[in-house]
Amino acid sequence: MSVFPYLVAGWVLLAGIYGLATSRDLIQSVGCLAVAQSSTYVLLLAVGYRRGATAPVFADLPVGAPVVDPVVQALALTDVVVGATVTALLLALVIQLRKRHGTVDPERLTGLRG
Amino acid sequence: MSRRVRLLLLAGAGLVIAVVFAAGCAELPPFGSPDHPYGERAVAAALARHTANVVSSVNFDQRAFDTLGEESILFASVLGTVIVLRPARDEDRQEPEPARVLPSTRLFGALLLPVTLLTGGYLVAHGQLSPGGGFQGGVVLATGLHLAYVAADYLALRQVRPLAVLDVADALAAGAFSVLGLVGLVAGAAFLSNTLPLGTFNTLSSGGLVPVINAVVGVEVASGVIVLLAQFLDQAVEVVDR
Repeated sequence: MSVFPYLVAGWVLLAGIYGLATSRDLIQSVGCLAVAQSSTYVLLLAVGYRRGATAPVFADLPVGAPVVDPVVQALALTDVVVGATVTALLLALVIQLRKRHGTVDPERLTGLRG
Repeated sequence: MSRRVRLLLLAGAGLVIAVVFAAGCAELPPFGSPDHPYGERAVAAALARHTANVVSSVNFDQRAFDTLGEESILFASVLGTVIVLRPARDEDRQEPEPARVLPSTRLFGALLLPVTLLTGGYLVAHGQLSPGGGFQGGVVLATGLHLAYVAADYLALRQVRPLAVLDVADALAAGAFSVLGLVGLVAGAAFLSNTLPLGTFNTLSSGGLVPVINAVVGVEVASGVIVLLAQFLDQAVEVVDR
């Protein structure tokens, strides 16, 4: 089952998208988006994994020791930081929506208001 | 669009994604394979530039330009949140009430606050040597500070949180990243290339530009996250309808 971890990432992505499309609460939608995004962490770290290897930090490792792929780890780090701040921005928008429209249910958000 | 139609559309699109994704996975190198050409080159480049933590080397040296874009997203998100959550014309600020806290909880918080901040500072400072770095250490610093809110109350948090200073620190640190890129240009190399002295491998001053950018990012993330959380806490504690 050498593709199983990749398929897990796809499953997490689809679960997040399903939640986004069916959610009746914008706070929950933001959470679903975070779930969909976390599938990329699974995929990146699965791509970078190397059997029997350790973390790519050579402070206490001999040079030439097998390490997992540091490039995808750096990408996952980027991903986490951007995800967290964008989640914060979306939640701020939800707070303002609740104040102006009195609801966080996307189905009841109809019509534009200034 | 009715709920039923939307669900059918979702099922169709989900099926397409699932099939294409699974087909793509089948062509990927098998999980855990020893063959990582990019990883091996990144490790070699990091060791050549005396940076023990290869992830930091990738972030702040080999792909520093990419990280510049990322920290701009972070800065833009903080800025956007501050603007979206500013008190509106029909809202007032009220002084938060002091909360009743057990003295032992307050003492525990006062004792642990310096420890958490020291841990955060350590993580930032050793980003080029051990797991951690500006992003992780910055988040530890920012959330550690909120121990004052958890263990005491909002008034205590306001005392240990110089928000005006942090606003400026966030912007200055975000700008300093771009300015540090000019160091490479002055030395006659490309923007953000690592031209500083590389130092001795596995010491605090090793890695050339890496520890400097790392520290700048640490300041930006720490102050950015504190400012970000301050907006949400204001909404919960201070801002009321007029």
